[in-house]
Amino acid sequence: MSRRDALLQLVTLALVVAGIGWLIANVADNLDRQNIASGFGFLNERAGFGISQTLIDYDEDDSYRQVLIIGLLNTLLVSVLGIIFASVLGFLLGVGRLSRNWLISKIAMVYIEIFRNVPLLLQIMFWYFGVLRNLPSPRQAINIGDVMFLSNRGFALPSVSFMDGAGFYGLALLAIIVTAIGLRRRARKLFLATGQIVAFWKPLGIVSLAVLLLAGAVAGLPFAADIPSLRGFNFRGGMSVIPEFVALLLALSLYTAAFIAEIVRAGIMSVYQGQREAAAALGLSHNRALSLVVIPQSLRVIIPPLTSQYLNLTKNSSLAVAIAYPDIVSVFAGTTLTQVGQAIEIIFITMMVYLLLSLLTSWAMNRYNARIALVGQN
Amino acid sequence: MAQPIVQIRQLNKWYGNFHVLRDIDLDVAQGEKIVICGPSGSGKSTLIRCINRLEEHQEGTLMFDGEEIGDGTKSLEDVRKNIGMVFQQFNLFPHMTVLENCALAPMWVLQMPKAEAEAVARKFLERVRIPDQADKYPGQLSGGQQQRVAIARALCMNPKVMLFDEPTSALDPEMIKEVLDVMVELGDEGMTMVCVTHEMGFARQVADRVIFMDAGEIVEQNNPEAFFANPQNERTKLFLSQVL
Repeated sequence: MSRRDALLQLVTLALVVAGIGWLIANVADNLDRQNIASGFGFLNERAGFGISQTLIDYDEDDSYRQVLIIGLLNTLLVSVLGIIFASVLGFLLGVGRLSRNWLISKIAMVYIEIFRNVPLLLQIMFWYFGVLRNLPSPRQAINIGDVMFLSNRGFALPSVSFMDGAGFYGLALLAIIVTAIGLRRRARKLFLATGQIVAFWKPLGIVSLAVLLLAGAVAGLPFAADIPSLRGFNFRGGMSVIPEFVALLLALSLYTAAFIAEIVRAGIMSVYQGQREAAAALGLSHNRALSLVVIPQSLRVIIPPLTSQYLNLTKNSSLAVAIAYPDIVSVFAGTTLTQVGQAIEIIFITMMVYLLLSLLTSWAMNRYNARIALVGQN
Repeated sequence: MAQPIVQIRQLNKWYGNFHVLRDIDLDVAQGEKIVICGPSGSGKSTLIRCINRLEEHQEGTLMFDGEEIGDGTKSLEDVRKNIGMVFQQFNLFPHMTVLENCALAPMWVLQMPKAEAEAVARKFLERVRIPDQADKYPGQLSGGQQQRVAIARALCMNPKVMLFDEPTSALDPEMIKEVLDVMVELGDEGMTMVCVTHEMGFARQVADRVIFMDAGEIVEQNNPEAFFANPQNERTKLFLSQVL
């Protein structure tokens, strides 16, 4: 590096530092003049507003810190469920798109083209304002078998409470899980040792039934269903799912599924036809060829863009603010910010939360991807 | 005389309107080694791909080991496990090691225990002279080595017939010999082989019969000496003058 270059770089650096310093000083000055405090002390103050969906205990006397946690949990709830639904639906659609059945393939195509070409915000509004808000009022709610009620206030669903003896059913469930793991291990061991392909679902079904009957014989049916019923203008009892949540979850899942479907289709198509032929020529059945040869290879193409879709879904959940679903943006970067006014701290915290969520997701998916990467090829 | 292992009668196949195979009659006897040659697009690959039904034919009959292969075949898997196939592009499974490639079908199709399947795999890797590459992945091997693994993988199923679909066409010249040597040995051991290839030296050395195909028909067939020394058909003469 010549002296002139070095000098130039020093000057540039000095200008950047000076610029940032000026910005900070300016912000501090302005905040001072408007009597807005800085720092994170506000997190301990009383929030004083209600939230329509809280996964943990909350009331208006709780602090803004609690609001942050509630918002984060609501974001996580809709994102995790959305990722699960979008993945399942997307996988089915992607495989369906490649189906030799004309009808299935065309249905998948029409679905994909509609859902991926309409803006997500519009889809959220469609489900919320167009569908769920237009359901009848609670008094005229759509009644599904006297236990579920759909109205413009949301879905009232029955909930189950456990009484004495429910623990036996917990034990039964544990026994079933242990049996399933044991059977899997045994099947694998037998397969490797003798080449036999052993039944799995049938013995598991028999054991499950026996264990559940046993639990029933010992403890009876220690469950009570809490069925919602109309009291005044709304439903009481049971479990209530707010329409904002349903609309957001539907829109996020259906929209992202269309993209995942294309990713899955591309992944499967990327596996060279010769791989299928080689598997078939060896006598492997269609399904075995798919599970042993095609899918493992398509995963390495599917995983990286799938990760992006998971990140997109999580970040897109912030559109919740449009229909007032109480996610982190809505209750923290929205209501809290309006009340406290400390934009820098609040936006910073919110951004860090999303960044952290995204980095965690990427990290997990990258680890998985590294495990299935091909050796000796790029 | 024993029944031929492959018996093809009046086989016809179309791709849309394009008539790829015309009235093919072909018997392959147990232990026979057949080389099929012909210009590209003559239908020779399509013909051997019909034998294990990677391609479907529309007319005629195709019998393998006494069983008809067609729409009515109950278990195509049961037929295919007895027919080994080696492809031009090797088609090894890139996500599995060489050993896993070879042991896969014996485990999942023949239901062999893993230890036994791996022993079989190692035996055939030894035969194709790459036992030391067993734990590598296909992407780490040269083309010639990959094709030898592909041959070993097919042999692990103990097939009754081996089909070779231009096994050396995708190889660099210096690797062709190592693959042909393995194929010559296989022929010497009495394996029934149907090879689509342009390696006329191999045809001379190994084949019991050379078949020349053009435009979807079998134009001429003869033992290698007569075929090369005294071709009858004009098209055969033209082809031979171009490849020899």
